[in-house]
Amino acid sequence: MAELREELKEKLIEQLSLEDVEASEIGDDDPLFGDGLGLDSIDALELIVLLEKDYGIKLKDPKEGKAIFESISVMADYISKHRTK
Amino acid sequence: MIKEKYYISDFCIIRDNRVFKNGEQIYVDTESENLKDFAKGIYKFMELKYPKFHKMDELCKLGFLASEVLLKDVENLREDTALVLSNKASSLDTDRKHQISIQDKNNFYPSPAVFVYTLPNIILGEISIKNKMKSENAFFVTETFDAGFITKYSKVLMHTGKASNVICGWVDLDNDKYDVFLAFLSKKGKKELTKEELNKLYRSNSYG
Repeated sequence: MAELREELKEKLIEQLSLEDVEASEIGDDDPLFGDGLGLDSIDALELIVLLEKDYGIKLKDPKEGKAIFESISVMADYISKHRTK
Repeated sequence: MIKEKYYISDFCIIRDNRVFKNGEQIYVDTESENLKDFAKGIYKFMELKYPKFHKMDELCKLGFLASEVLLKDVENLREDTALVLSNKASSLDTDRKHQISIQDKNNFYPSPAVFVYTLPNIILGEISIKNKMKSENAFFVTETFDAGFITKYSKVLMHTGKASNVICGWVDLDNDKYDVFLAFLSKKGKKELTKEELNKLYRSNSYG
């Protein structure tokens, strides 16, 4: 699981163009939206695409993302349970 | 016919790996191999701290950076400062990137972050958000920089009280070929706003 969390941090930085952020600066339980990394609604859509493209997880309702993208830990947990690739 | 006089207070050009403010070269970068790195160099040179910059497409970055250079010394920028920009290639550079992401049905993953920039007027939004402007704005697509039209349109905005100032110009990008010219227009200044003067400034600083 630790490996997946690190992988997700790297993917977030690359996919969301977080150029001023290092993977080591993102805490496993830091909120990704709001006061945490400060991601926005377009980032949320990018994360939905990332789930499908890299892990074969297709969210039926985009609103599900709100809970799944709470933090790196929550995301990693969800991916490990639902991934198809 | 508007008889009231308006003026060009400041202007910025980004062209040929260089940045000019009021005719003076303030930045040059002949090392960067692509526009992304060139834009990042200007961002650092300007000591900007605006993470959203890195998410912008290259066209937006150019317009945004030119506005930062242009407005650096403008005090108390009014929220009714209008934006009147134009270019030739619209958002073609990003349109192509989006097209590539949707043309393969078996690998169909369009990026929302790319898609949002498939309109050139997003530049206006980005500049407005950064500077808290709530104003008239327009983006025109023309074959070349039409100083006459831009001058008339800007004068009308200020004359009718729709705007206290106007940021106008040309922000064009196509396949890493870029040409950027922004001017800050106001009711006070030394250079009178005329079609000829705006055109002269646009054509200055060419080829270094």
